[in-house]
Parts: sequence; structure tokens; C-alpha cells
Amino acid sequence: MSELIYPQPVKAKFFTPGMIIVSLIALNGIVFLAIRFLFGIGAVTNLNNQYPWGIWIGVDVAAGVVLAAGGFVSAAMGHIFHLPYMKLVVRPALLTAMLGYTFVAFAVFVDIGRWYYIWHPLVMWNGTSPLFEVGICVMIYLTVLYIEFTPILTERFRGKVNLPSILRVFNGLVEWILKLLDNTLGKVMFLFLIAGVVLSTLHQSSLGTLMVIAGYKMHPLWQTPILPLLFFISAVCVGIPMIIFESLIASRSFKIEPEMHVLSKIAGYVPLLLGIYLAFKLGDMFIRQSFVYMTEINKFSIAFIIEIVFGVILPMIMLMSRRVLNSPFWLFIASALVVLGVGINRINNFIIAYRPFYAKSAYIPSFGEISVTLGCIALTVILYRAIVMIFPVISLPKQDDLKELKHNRG
Amino acid sequence: MDEKVKNQNPRRTFLKQFAVGTAASVGVSLIPTKTEAKFKDTQRENETRMGVLFDATLCAGCRNCERACKVAHNFPVDDIETFRDRSVYKEYRRPSPNNYTVVNEFPPSGVATFPIDVKVQCMHCNEPACASACIVGAFTKHASGAVTWNSDMCIGCRYCMVACPFQIPTFEYDKAIQPKIQKCDLCFERTKVGKIPACVENCPVGALTYGPREELLLLAKEKIERHPDKYYHHVFGEYEVGGTSWLYVAPVEFSELKFPPVGDSPAPGVTEAIQHGIFAYFIPPLALFSWLGGVMYVNNRKNKKIENEANEGEKK
Repeated sequence: MSELIYPQPVKAKFFTPGMIIVSLIALNGIVFLAIRFLFGIGAVTNLNNQYPWGIWIGVDVAAGVVLAAGGFVSAAMGHIFHLPYMKLVVRPALLTAMLGYTFVAFAVFVDIGRWYYIWHPLVMWNGTSPLFEVGICVMIYLTVLYIEFTPILTERFRGKVNLPSILRVFNGLVEWILKLLDNTLGKVMFLFLIAGVVLSTLHQSSLGTLMVIAGYKMHPLWQTPILPLLFFISAVCVGIPMIIFESLIASRSFKIEPEMHVLSKIAGYVPLLLGIYLAFKLGDMFIRQSFVYMTEINKFSIAFIIEIVFGVILPMIMLMSRRVLNSPFWLFIASALVVLGVGINRINNFIIAYRPFYAKSAYIPSFGEISVTLGCIALTVILYRAIVMIFPVISLPKQDDLKELKHNRG
Repeated sequence: MDEKVKNQNPRRTFLKQFAVGTAASVGVSLIPTKTEAKFKDTQRENETRMGVLFDATLCAGCRNCERACKVAHNFPVDDIETFRDRSVYKEYRRPSPNNYTVVNEFPPSGVATFPIDVKVQCMHCNEPACASACIVGAFTKHASGAVTWNSDMCIGCRYCMVACPFQIPTFEYDKAIQPKIQKCDLCFERTKVGKIPACVENCPVGALTYGPREELLLLAKEKIERHPDKYYHHVFGEYEVGGTSWLYVAPVEFSELKFPPVGDSPAPGVTEAIQHGIFAYFIPPLALFSWLGGVMYVNNRKNKKIENEANEGEKK
């Protein structure tokens, strides 16, 4: 195997059968999005005055933010702590974070009743509101992510600017702008890298603070003043599994060799992080004595057990085994469990645990809500595929080597 | 040799640095800061604070208050006869976007021999969760006690509805443009010009009393003292969620009348303590920033040294 691998645009067919299905899901979501914007939130969702927040917040925003945590975790590990083998996964993780947060911002835009006032928090500040803090942090962090991505853009086009026909006169100008961007950003990028990590720490934890104010309306298995800490630790936990998860999917989809030597190394950290999370989660449970609610068998105790057993304990044990770490299949399963587990945790916190006193029946998302959520995820997948095919994000062996490799295999 | 230096247990270094950093940031955020919520002067208990006392032993469930409220807020109003229809009491009702207040009826129990009617509307908390939670600060707690909502600021995120311990704010889900958060405003516009809230003015049996909150509390306690057999010995709203402008006295325990199981601590208390802890004058975020910067600098230098040594080694 060639050791000379570097990020480069992936060459593959865009519309594979899988991608056609993804596109159909996206189209279906767009239909319901149109209904939402034409006739209001009530026309598409099952939300009411007792359940003001549904899956657009619980899944799109809360789970979306935490599953984009790979960006700040890899930035911290690669750029700040300088773990040598992180280099290969920093760019894909950055792209996921950038697209993930764009997806989150769009979900907020769809969910708020007055989408055209989405800029209000920029000028109307309420320091006591954790939602304000999350909003501001996410807005700044999204900007930081775009800035962090800029070098990839300049790398792709610098020295190759070739605008069609009349626009050709601007070639020099664009080239000059790219050069300027490259040079200035190179000098100050470290500020943005650190800022990205700080901003993530802040809003990942404040996302947990959001539900604290719901007080007794939230089931005691989840309602705790240390929710911000739990949210932050779980975000750190899910960062690496998310990187592994998407890296393995990408290698499969683009038919490239998975970077097992990197993936199994970084997966080695995960059991420890999950252990810390589990200790806090169970410690909190014992201090608040909320374990009494585990004796009743209802949707709360079942949801809690699924979250802890399948999302934390099982992958923790799995990832302690060498065999799992070295097998792409088992590594994928274990990472997917953590990703799903943390996702379920966010859904539990924002949707399952929320049981308003005056609700007549529990909230169940409508077909329209699910369509919009799936549609937005599908759009993100399409964008991801398009970007890795245009920009140098995924690390591959040199083109010639690749051809040879394929040739030999074929 | 070089390879060895490069891979000198990066995991251990990482974990060490990670642990130190986490401990440091937790330590910094534990530095005692003023965690008691800082409220504006208007939010503190004062003489101008008004309120309404509701006496469930007097309310007859005529729903005049419901109608008067709709008239006062320019909502479409049905004929007075429709409000005489008591079949609505079959179902427990909640306020809605064009119904700031509703009356519910409960079967007689305990000392009460008649059905018990209870009016529901915004409680106008002393420390309102909606105002604390609102992303843009669209809610205002006025010196008069009223908690009002500002349509020019609201972005429609509905976090106030998540936060409210009484589940009062309602949202116009059927509107695509300018949906409003709707809730009782304690007739802010009327009281500004010296009138009393419409519901109080139109109550034919005197079940509602408008006045300074302090005086209403005395009145409520006097009622209970004078007729200890008629009342459950508790004024709901005196201490609940830190006190509310609306106060209730009733013949039975409030949990029987579907009052929510709220405690005495203000609803935004814990959240604001956390917020002030994380953002104590921006010290913890800045501390984290500089610590990460330091780690990055040290690691960068270490890496350069290794690279230089490697280069020199190659030259030799």
C-alpha cells in the first residue's frame, strides 16, 4: 500500500441507486417544507400548546448539534493536542460539522414561527436565556466553520482559476483574492481553531441547560442540574465514533480502502470517555435517587435503559476488545451504537422526558414532520457527496496508485 | 529513534492535558460568583405590585370573565347566551390563542357541597420563567405586576411555552406569517389608564378582587381565618414559584383542582445559576480559550523541535 495519501476530490458516479433514493427522500421533504411555509407550522406538525417542541428541535437541532461534534473533537485532537494520526480525518470531520451546523441552522429557521426574525438574537440580547447563548454560539461557530473550510476552497482553486468566456477578465482578481485569503488565514487560523473548540464547549453544554427550566415537566430520570455537563461529555464521547462512522460509510460508498490504522487508534479513546460519561450519569442518578423510577416499567424506564445499555455500556465493552478495533465491520457497529445512543439521549431529553402536566395525549410526530427531518438529512448527504467530489476533503492514495489499485482488483 | 520521539505516547499526553484542562475549567466555573439571580428593580416585590385574588368558594362558573376578556382584547365574541352553556365543563379546558382565560368546573369534594369552579389564566409570576427563557427578551415584568409579551421582538421559538411552569403561553400554529404568542396580559392597557382588569370588572359575584398584592395576601389570610372550615388553609401563589401576582383560595387542596405540582423556588432559578456560573463575566470561556492556546503553542513548539531534530539527523 502506498503511504502517499493526501486529500483530493473523490472521483465517482454521483447518482448511484442509493443516491436516487436519497434524492427522492429530499424531494418529499421539500414538499412538506413548502406547506409549512405557506400555511404555518400547524399545517404540517402535531405540535400544540402543550407540546411546543417536537422532532424538529429534538432531532434536527439537539441531535444534529451533538452529531456534528466530530468537528470540534477532531480540531482539538488534531490541531491543539497535535495527535499525529488525526490529520487524515480532520477534513472530513470539519466538512460534517460545517454541513451539520448548516442543517441545524436551517432546522431552526423552519421551526421558529417567524423565520424572517431569525436575526433578532443578534441585536436583542437576553443573557439569562440558555437558548440565546446556544443561538449566538451556533451562529458564530457556523461562521468559524466556514472560515476553517476556506483553505480547502483556496487549495482547490488557487492557480487554477479559469472563469468561462466574458468573466475571464476577473481571473486575475479572483486569483489575487484567493491568495490574500490563503495568506491572511494561514496566520490567524489558530485563533479560529481555538475559538471553534471554546464555542462548541459552550453551546454543547448550554443545549443541556435548555431543558432544566422545564422543571417538573421533565421526567426525573433526565431532569438534573448537571444536564449541561452530561451534554458536554456525551458530545466529546460521540465525536470520535461519528468520525469513524462516516469515514467507514464514505469508504464503502466510494469503494476506497478504510483508514483502519487511524480509525482503530482513535477508537481506543472512546471506552474511557464513555466510562467517564457513564460514571457521571449513574452517579447523578444515585445522588438524586432517581433510580426509584427504574422500578416502574413504562416508556420512561425503557427509553432510559435503551439509551444506557445499547448506547453506552455495550459499545464501551465492544471497543475495549482488540478484535472489534481491528475489524471494519465491528468497529462500524460499535461506532453506530454510540452515535445512535447519543442521538436517542437527545431525543429522550427533548421529547420522551417532556411530559407536560396538562397534555391530553402524548406527542407523536406527524408524517410531515418526519418527512421534513428526513428530507433535510437527505439534502445534507447530497451536499456532502457533492462537496467531497469537488473539493479535496477525503484523503486518498495518489490518483495513479488508485487506478493501479482498481485495475489490479478489477 | 525519531519515530519513537514522535509517537511518544500521544494518548497519554493527550489524556493528561485533557484532564488538567477539564479540571481547570470546572475549577474556574466553581469560583464563587454572585449566583443569586439579578432582577431589575421592577421585578422586586414593591408597593406598586398589583394582583388579583380568586376565591373559588364564590365563583359560580358563569364565564362572564371569559367573555369580558375576549371583548377587552378585541377577539371575536359569541352571544352571551353561548357562555351560559355549562356543557363545556364536561371537558377540562386550557387557554388558547384567542381565549386568554377559561373557567373549569370540578365536582364537589371535601367541605364543598357545590361544584368548584376555577379560573385559569397567566399567573404573572414574580420571577417569570418566560421572561428569563425568552431568546430575545420579548417578555417584560412590569412594576404593576403584569408580564407582557412584545410582538415586535418575538421570533416564535416557543421556548417560553417549554419554560412556563403553568403552561400558559399559547401559539398561533395556524398562521404562516406573524404567529403570536398569546396569554393574559393582566389587562395592561386598561390598567395603564386607571381601569381594572376586564375579568375582575365583570365578575358578578365578587370572586375576583384586584388590588396591591400585599393587601390581597392579607385579605386572603383573613378569609381563611374567618372561615377556617370553608377554606383549605393555603394561599396558592404566595410562595409558589417564588410568588405570583394571581392568588387563589379554594375549599379543597389545590392538587384536586388540577393546579400543577410546582415548588416554591422560582422556575428560572437553577437555569440562571448555571448560566451565571458558565458565564461569570466571561472568565470561564476566556480561561478555556487561553488554556487551549497555551497547549497549542507548547505542542507546536514540541513538534517543530522534533521535526528540526529529524531534519538534522537526516543531514548527518
